[in-house]
Amino acid sequence: MAIKDKLSGNEAVAIAMRQIDPDVVAAFPITPSTEVPQYFSQFVANGQVHTEFVAVESEHSAMSACIGAEAAGARTMTATSSQGLALMWEMLYIAASLHLPIVMSVINRALSGPINIHNDHSDSMGARDSGWIQLYCEDNQEAYDNLIQAVRIAEHKDVQLPVMVCFDGFITSHAVENIELIEDEKVKAFVGEYKPGYHLLNKDNPIALGPLDMPAFYFEHKRAQAECMQNAKKVIMEVAQEFEKLTGRKYGFFEEYRMDDAEVAVVVLNSTAGTAKTVVNELRDQGIKAGLIKPRVFRPFPFEEIGKALSGLKAVAVMDKAESFSTAGGPLFAEIRSAMFDYAKDTKAINYIYGLGGRDVRADEIKLVYQDLIDIARTGQVKSTFNYLGIRE
Amino acid sequence: MNKERKMNITEENTWKEMPKGGCILDAGNAEDFRTGDWRSMKPVWLEEKCKQCMLCWPVCPDTAIPVENGKRKDFDFDHCKGCGICVEVCPFKAIDFVEEG
Repeated sequence: MAIKDKLSGNEAVAIAMRQIDPDVVAAFPITPSTEVPQYFSQFVANGQVHTEFVAVESEHSAMSACIGAEAAGARTMTATSSQGLALMWEMLYIAASLHLPIVMSVINRALSGPINIHNDHSDSMGARDSGWIQLYCEDNQEAYDNLIQAVRIAEHKDVQLPVMVCFDGFITSHAVENIELIEDEKVKAFVGEYKPGYHLLNKDNPIALGPLDMPAFYFEHKRAQAECMQNAKKVIMEVAQEFEKLTGRKYGFFEEYRMDDAEVAVVVLNSTAGTAKTVVNELRDQGIKAGLIKPRVFRPFPFEEIGKALSGLKAVAVMDKAESFSTAGGPLFAEIRSAMFDYAKDTKAINYIYGLGGRDVRADEIKLVYQDLIDIARTGQVKSTFNYLGIRE
Repeated sequence: MNKERKMNITEENTWKEMPKGGCILDAGNAEDFRTGDWRSMKPVWLEEKCKQCMLCWPVCPDTAIPVENGKRKDFDFDHCKGCGICVEVCPFKAIDFVEEG
């Protein structure tokens, strides 16, 4: 029997970590992810987990300690946010290239400057090319569910890559919502015992990790890394199916909300998808064929699947809570539009950058986006491809 | 190659054949490679001053001081990086330290 509770996103994630009971957690406090290691350190102090908790002096050290622990053969987790993730940058690439299946909660918020501590996706979008798998979560339930699945995805022998589980700072991390928890023993059984492949503390099979890799070999190692990312697509779906059997909650590469006969759709990550769904419902009540796609997996990018899901629509708006300064739209837009070039050529696509630095996104603003799409669907004309939502002009 | 190796990665290997992440499956395989070719300073063993006290051998980070029958031999310059620790540790000034020519 599942356990019904009321928890913040950070509490939910910390409880998932308690249930997973990793060997090592190394973390440095940064708002708003601070609560995750804080709650978790209470579990350590209470003896509820066997984890070695390493309090480090910076996020660069946090990720370095995670790399050392995971390389030694320990199941390792951490959490961070914003500048913390930025300070981990160098080590993110090391973790991924050494195929160390570290699992990290990334509580999304803006990168300074100007100095800002509120939610947007600048941090994890900046880390999108670091070689980490990225899962995005709408609410507390998804943050909890994805963290548990992330362990299995990361450690799968065909993958062996680190995973970031990203959810919105303050909005999801601090808001208390109803949640359904899985029993401790079922989580333990689901994640299973960690059986590392090559690892440093194996006296019967000594190895070395992290050597100098010259031009004759580096390229091959990167190609192999990309292959593991490709393999992750299959593994993510297999783990999701097993998770659905356990909980009844269904996960895929993305969620399709009222997309069956949709003519216009918004593609949006994380908590804003929740607001946008209420708008979709209102529009549907008015007879407007509106839908929504909420990507869950951004790395690896479900290129074909999302491209096909958008084919047949008249107009799509991709919403980015990050500015890439390409002057050609945000990071999500760039990739989705690229997929549409192959699979949904006849669908018009526009971009809205929204909510930077924690700017609230209201339902009436999302309605403006759908109104724009409705106009494009009617006239076949795109007035403006690159747009900002909720900015003072 | 001095030892039998589990895997000898060469430029002939494809990406599918190489261990993930450049993991080295054979501990100590540095001896298969010349790693001492970027030395700027060079230790010179003065055999006549050497008392065979063996203080230099354990401090060498690259095991570049070969020992046979309990006695040190001349440096293994394929692997010596010229760090000079042996020079510092020698109580008998039996190791000179000169610029690599």
